[in-house]
Amino acid sequence: MDFQFTEEQEEIRRQVRALCARFPDEYWRERDETGEFPWDFYQAFADGGWLGITIPKEYGGSGLGITEAALVMQTVAESGGGTQACSSIHLGIFGLEPLIKYGTEEAKRKYLPKVLSGEIHVSFAVTEPDAGTNTTQIKTFATRKGDGYVINGRKVFITKARESKKMLILTRTTPYEQVQKKTMGMSLFFADIDPQAVEVRELRKCGRKAVDTNMLFIDNLYVPKEDLIGEEGKGFYYILDGINPERILVAAECVGMGKRAIEKAVQYAKERIVFDRPIGMNQGIQFPLAESYAKLETAELMVYKAAWLFDNGKPCGKEANIAKYMAAEAACEAADRAMQAHGGYGYIKDYDVERYWREARLFRIAPISQEMVLNYVGEHVLGLPKSY
Amino acid sequence: MKILVTVKRVPDPETTIRVKPDGSGIVTDNIKYVINPFDEIAIEEALRIKEKQGQGEVVLVSIGAKVASEQLRTGLAMGADRAILVLCDQELDSLGVARILAKIVEKEAPDLVLMGKQAIDDDANQAGQMLAALLNWPQATFASKVEFMDNYVQVVREVDGGLETVRFPLPGIITTDLRLNEPRYASLPGIMKARKKEIREIAVAELGIDTTPLLTVHKMDPPAKKAAGKKVESVQELVHLLHTEAKVI
Ligand SMILES: Cc1cc2nc3c(=O)[nH]c(=O)nc-3n(C[C@H](O)[C@H](O)[C@H](O)COP(=O)(O)OP(=O)(O)OC[C@H]3O[C@@H](n4cnc5c(N)ncnc54)[C@H](O)[C@@H]3O)c2cc1C
Repeated sequence: MDFQFTEEQEEIRRQVRALCARFPDEYWRERDETGEFPWDFYQAFADGGWLGITIPKEYGGSGLGITEAALVMQTVAESGGGTQACSSIHLGIFGLEPLIKYGTEEAKRKYLPKVLSGEIHVSFAVTEPDAGTNTTQIKTFATRKGDGYVINGRKVFITKARESKKMLILTRTTPYEQVQKKTMGMSLFFADIDPQAVEVRELRKCGRKAVDTNMLFIDNLYVPKEDLIGEEGKGFYYILDGINPERILVAAECVGMGKRAIEKAVQYAKERIVFDRPIGMNQGIQFPLAESYAKLETAELMVYKAAWLFDNGKPCGKEANIAKYMAAEAACEAADRAMQAHGGYGYIKDYDVERYWREARLFRIAPISQEMVLNYVGEHVLGLPKSY
Repeated sequence: MKILVTVKRVPDPETTIRVKPDGSGIVTDNIKYVINPFDEIAIEEALRIKEKQGQGEVVLVSIGAKVASEQLRTGLAMGADRAILVLCDQELDSLGVARILAKIVEKEAPDLVLMGKQAIDDDANQAGQMLAALLNWPQATFASKVEFMDNYVQVVREVDGGLETVRFPLPGIITTDLRLNEPRYASLPGIMKARKKEIREIAVAELGIDTTPLLTVHKMDPPAKKAAGKKVESVQELVHLLHTEAKVI
């Protein structure tokens, strides 16, 4: 067993840390206030080649694994950028896996270099208002027409659709009622977000204001058949492939954000004097922070175990799910405790912890809710009967 | 043009430094190490010279324990071509460093040696000057601008109260000041390429020189603790106190 990161992985961490240092707390505070997309941060990461970290070398990327991607995301979150920073680059870093694995050579040559350079943003459009977590119930439909398809339907919670030219969109191509297996009959497209056919309506949300999340109204969006990924009807399975890495990355982001919150709280608890002593001298302040730190460290272990399994081609569903669960809990708790340690100041935006608190909360819900993770563990790990 | 750039592994300026209770040195547990920031500027300048001239070679050299290869690897990731690590576990003074570098210069025969004006750990500000003396080469220290003319290099130096412009023919030595440039970040492809670049290790004994320090550190003391500040009610009071107590105005 070897728990040591390689020299190269350490170097990745050092360089990402240095790059993030250019974007201080004020930068993220301001983005959170105005909702302006962090363009210069995004471009700095594109210029440094970081968006191509998992893209294979033949397409100009660095061909590294989820371990390295997780290191990048944790470091970015920990720098104070939180989810505003992470979500702005997250999909570039991993979301294109279905295209890389199942896309045509032509599509890969055409799009991957542009994703890498930051020229095109991509959204991932799965969730629907009438289906929710039950993805097989999606209603968005792609009908064959001539040499392509025409898509109609609605999607909700689609992140970065405002910036994106392209989206990986899951639709039905055979109605639910006509398939033998409910996970069949869905197809994945790498479609244009054509403003003529797709209305993007931004949702106002609790945190992460700089990275938009939207409702999409799709009316007769034409997609040439070259933009179908893999085979018709198998889209759901293509998406499943990317689920574990996504959970690992999100978990890494949570650990980073939680650690940042604790770091801020520790700093504050050393400096703030009440009753003639630093508040950090009180065990009532110290213990919750110490305990949160312990939980974050433990979640981190699970993140890199899951990443290691994935990179070594081994099953990692159990570990990726548990990492996501534990990291989301640890991050929310850490942010909450950091806020408590700050007293009234914790509720004030200039102290940053309230922003982490609002942002961390997302990860108990998305990309998969904690309940559904527990459903997975209960059913697939413990072997209990399916509860729903 | 072949440029030799010196790289020293030093504690990260962001870390809090504590002096050992017995004053024999600093506590090194849990400190992060980085490239000496002035050396980083030297690497950047060397890379810019190479890029501008469209050819050349940038060779890094570090002296120290094996772990210094981390900093060399970072420099290679920024874009340097190869590196030399002179393995040396013994404490060195500036003259020892200059003697080792003189040997490396003899072997490598660079056109230019770019160095930080000082290392931020001991702030000696001597190695560059001593190396110039040992080699009998011209030197321009505290560079804030470097330009190549027909057969000489022109350097703008930051001196007390102004700027001084000097010129010398190559080969020579330039030490960098803070405002010379802003070093680049290593890109991910840069880090990947650095993996394959050479770091040649040389044991200091192989160089056959005497590096016994003439200078030894006798004792270290932490800086005096700053007294707590004072809050004043008004500008008038501030001015009054600056005049009567601080006696600065
Ligand atoms: C900011 C943000 C960004 C997002 N970005 C994207 C994106 O880019 N692309 C995309 O496709 N989606 C995105 N999502 C959607 C996200 O993945 C979903 O919100 C999430 O999967 C939950 O689906 P839902 O909101 O429809 O909840 P529902 O499915 O309606 O569930 C509601 C609640 O009921 C619980 N529940 C439901 N069924 C069960 C059960 N059987 N057992 C126990 N509990 C149950 C759930 O856990 C949840 O707590 C985003 C969401 C947010 C908030």
